[in-house]
Amino acid sequence: MKKMTGLFFKNKWALAALWALGVLYAGALLADFVAPYSFKDEARDLSYCPPTAIQVVHDGKLRSPFVYGRKLTFNEYRQRIYVTDQTVLYAVKFFTPRLFTVEAPGRVYLLGADSRGRDILSRIIYGARVSLTIGLIGVLISFALGLLVGGIAGYYGGRVDNVLMRLCEVLMMAPGFYLLLALRAAVPDNFNSVQVYFSIVIILSVIGWAGLARVVRGMCLSLRERDYVLAAKTFGLSDLQIIVRHILPHTVSYSIAAVMLSIPGYILGESALSLIGLGIQDPYASWGNMLSDAMSIVRIKFAPWILWPAFFIFVSVVCFNVIGDALRDVLDPMIKRDT
Amino acid sequence: MLLELKDISKTFSDRAGGKVKAVDGVSLCITAQESCAIVGESGCGKTTLARIAMGLVRPDAGKILFEGQPVWGDRKREQNFRLKVRMVFQDPFASLDPRYSVRAILDEALHLQGRISRDERKVKMAAVLEAVALPADILSRYPHEFSGGERQRLAIARALMTDPALLILDEAVSSLDVIVQKEVLDCLAGLQSAKQLTYLFITHNLAAARRITRKIIVMRSGKIINVTGANDL
Repeated sequence: MKKMTGLFFKNKWALAALWALGVLYAGALLADFVAPYSFKDEARDLSYCPPTAIQVVHDGKLRSPFVYGRKLTFNEYRQRIYVTDQTVLYAVKFFTPRLFTVEAPGRVYLLGADSRGRDILSRIIYGARVSLTIGLIGVLISFALGLLVGGIAGYYGGRVDNVLMRLCEVLMMAPGFYLLLALRAAVPDNFNSVQVYFSIVIILSVIGWAGLARVVRGMCLSLRERDYVLAAKTFGLSDLQIIVRHILPHTVSYSIAAVMLSIPGYILGESALSLIGLGIQDPYASWGNMLSDAMSIVRIKFAPWILWPAFFIFVSVVCFNVIGDALRDVLDPMIKRDT
Repeated sequence: MLLELKDISKTFSDRAGGKVKAVDGVSLCITAQESCAIVGESGCGKTTLARIAMGLVRPDAGKILFEGQPVWGDRKREQNFRLKVRMVFQDPFASLDPRYSVRAILDEALHLQGRISRDERKVKMAAVLEAVALPADILSRYPHEFSGGERQRLAIARALMTDPALLILDEAVSSLDVIVQKEVLDCLAGLQSAKQLTYLFITHNLAAARRITRKIIVMRSGKIINVTGANDL
């Protein structure tokens, strides 16, 4: 086991991905401290304010960090143009108790502002709480289900297999997105945001397990004929012990990759629901419902920074994939190790 | 009387819906210290018979007695049977779980043994590894690090963990090349006298059968057609 973790950490890409995800998850956990503003802290007069930089040089002199003020003007088409006002300086304050923010009435928008003047960076950090955990919890539930059902169906075969697989097929037969909508519609609409969050997790994992169960079942059908499974039987291990010890571990290189590859699906599923107003509701943030603002090409043209959540979705998806690949390589005992 | 099979029959249905009688009313007795071999062409039902004897395949008809009592149906007797009768499989590359270290592989054989202290386990593992002439320091290594012959000896070591009375060797040397076969057969022959083991040796290799058994049972199409002394055939 030590050797395996050592091998994993030798993979530079995996290590980088692990760090990136670590930073994202740490940010989500410490959102109240790291984010400059609350996710619902509005400043409507600064709608779609472009990103501001923190400066340290003013009039050719070094000084403590500050941001310039912003003045709102309009061009000849009545479109908002923000002009940097170099005469007004707002000092950056640290540990206020947030990590940093600026003196009121100034605002710092490292990644720009959304339509209501809320800080996109802050909303991304708070949104990570929803977007990054929904994948993990959803995957946990659906993989426990998928492995168990697939393992049992594949190991016993026959009638048990038949019943369980037909159940999976019924679930897989319905188009995923409409099944998602139907299940969401079955959830009462007076739920608060926490209840909505968990109902989404459960809905997503109910849809997600069938595919895995089918593949695992196929693998188990061949694995159960292996001699080491027969050997374990002659030692008197129970069926469940054999499934857990000798069958499911051999599906792990597939499962790990599948776990990592399916997490983005959960993130996207949540955002799809949020996008059409069935998921996380404004003012609460998730990367999905932040992106719903970017549905219009006009808004993307004049405020391209509202696409930042997409960047974070992209980064986390890539990270999960890289880590999944590295884990699969490490967990495969056929790959020769130098000892 | 160690192991007794009475009127064992097993029919498989093939894909086309036809019936294949793999084992057809076979009875045989194995007495302690009298190792015997079952030989026969491929598909004559000898492996199925071995698996029925081990309880891996449920026979359609017939009885299995161990030390004079029926094996299946009573938990205590079942456990005793599983501890006293062990199987070594044909392919040493398939019979050892590649994800398990040697220690875990040997440890699993003690599954039904009940509570055993860590020190006792250690002593036991060292003893069986010595018995099959494998070094004692391989406990944390994995099966893929060993050659075919070493693996087969490891599989034998695993079978020895519970001090069995009877070893069922299902084509245990057939997949090995000639020199390694000799190595494993030497090992088996040595164990036979050292540990008072009895073998039920399933094989199609008469020379190998003669080496470690005294009685030879010949099977064809699911039936026993001849029983002779090892040197008479």
